[in-house]
Amino acid sequence: MRTYAELPGLMTVMTGDEKHGPSATSTLDVLWVLYDQVLRVSPDRLDDPGRDRFLLSKGHGPAAYYAVLAAKGFIPESWLAGFGSAGSRLGYHPDRNLVPGVEIASGSLGHGLPLGVGLAHGLLARGLVTSRVFVLVGDAELDEGSNSEAIVYAGAVGLSNLLVIAVDNQSSSYGWGAGGIEAHFAVSGWSAARVSGRDHAALASALSASGSGPRLVVAAVEGKSVEGKS
Amino acid sequence: MNDMRTVFAATASSLLDEDPLAAVVLAEISADLFAKAAARHPERVLNVGIREQLMVSVGGGLALAGLRPIVHTYAPFLVERAFEQVKLDLAHQGARAVLVSIGASYDAASSGRTHQAPEDVALVDTVPGFSVVVPGHPDEVPELLRSAVGALDSRSTYVRLSSKANRSALPVWPGLQVVRSGREAVVVAVGPMLSPVLDAVGDLDVTVAYTTSVRPFDGEGLRALLSGSSVVLVEPYLAGTSAYLASAALAGRAHRLLSLGVGRSELRRYGTPSYHAALHGQDATGIRRSVLDFLT
Repeated sequence: MRTYAELPGLMTVMTGDEKHGPSATSTLDVLWVLYDQVLRVSPDRLDDPGRDRFLLSKGHGPAAYYAVLAAKGFIPESWLAGFGSAGSRLGYHPDRNLVPGVEIASGSLGHGLPLGVGLAHGLLARGLVTSRVFVLVGDAELDEGSNSEAIVYAGAVGLSNLLVIAVDNQSSSYGWGAGGIEAHFAVSGWSAARVSGRDHAALASALSASGSGPRLVVAAVEGKSVEGKS
Repeated sequence: MNDMRTVFAATASSLLDEDPLAAVVLAEISADLFAKAAARHPERVLNVGIREQLMVSVGGGLALAGLRPIVHTYAPFLVERAFEQVKLDLAHQGARAVLVSIGASYDAASSGRTHQAPEDVALVDTVPGFSVVVPGHPDEVPELLRSAVGALDSRSTYVRLSSKANRSALPVWPGLQVVRSGREAVVVAVGPMLSPVLDAVGDLDVTVAYTTSVRPFDGEGLRALLSGSSVVLVEPYLAGTSAYLASAALAGRAHRLLSLGVGRSELRRYGTPSYHAALHGQDATGIRRSVLDFLT
């Protein structure tokens, strides 16, 4: 198994870039903490109904995701070099039908959270009450109205096995006002926390907590506007 | 006699009792018909409010959890409003569901354009992995619904219900079935178009074939029935929706094809479904006029 320090090297195999800008790595720490400390998943239980489900809704810039999946043994590292090419299983947006361990195909924004609501319901209906559904969204992705449908509904029915991680790099053109993203979830009955998206201990603590309703963790990272200056 | 929607709700409620993996997702529409089932199975009868995007996505999520979801509302809100969810959260994921619509092309004639979806089958037809069934009578609904749920291991199905129905039900059959035989043409009647077709061609020397299954389309059956060269498709949705499949089935054989259905222009009229059927040439009078023009 690889370490966190080896992830940039795996990303370089994919992108060819020696350095990775904030946009490419905005999800890197969250993904690592999830797969390293939080999610009850592993390559040998891909079809275990009782596994946790991680849904990468923000499918853009998946190099960090593939790097973590390779580091944790879900996919061979040999797949990384062909990233995005005709024969590769690894596209610029991930496809669950092509990549082991990938729970949804994403790319078009605003689909992961509504799918996660159905998945959370389905796990409860099957009596799989210890499995949790984690959905990673971007702050600008929340512009999509389909998320609002899911946020209000999930709060109202109290889906306590659902957790959303909003990676906030302040890329939404109109933002979320003084209360931030968390205010929009909290008003619908979600518990919410904001932590640094680079602080592994804080992320692990916030992502492991559970309560009586759905939970939001805002993972704050550097603004997208600084991309290219790193 | 109960209408298709009532029969659907009763059959789906029975499926919820029989199958611990069956689920129903609603967006307020028909929630009253599922009240008893929801009381028995609160974890598998989900009403998400007036949120059709979420309704379809929840269907996809339930399927990913291993359930067999039935997703139901008015046709325009199910297929058109939530089309990307049908395309991505079901088909692209490899998640399967049975979508059941009401309203058809102009059942809600007096409600206006917002509640009408003559384009629904053409749209669903662009999504890989979907079968489409169009019952012609309420008594055909239980078997068609049960078959669709039973087939979820291999495909999704769009079930198009209508308040319009034939005078009597026929046995459910996956392809074309001959109702009467003739020599001058084969007239294919889809779902509730059978009674108006039979009224229209009663004295004409034509074969009338009936089908409730339009995807997959029974092209082989059409080839086998055609002794002459003239084919008439009578569909209760957008005219020409199945024309390309009839043409493909008859490729290499000299043939002529007339496609009848709902027109593409927006009428901006209210009134009754019968009035709209007449405006679109979908009543017996209109069908007869079109068939006679085609054959002479």
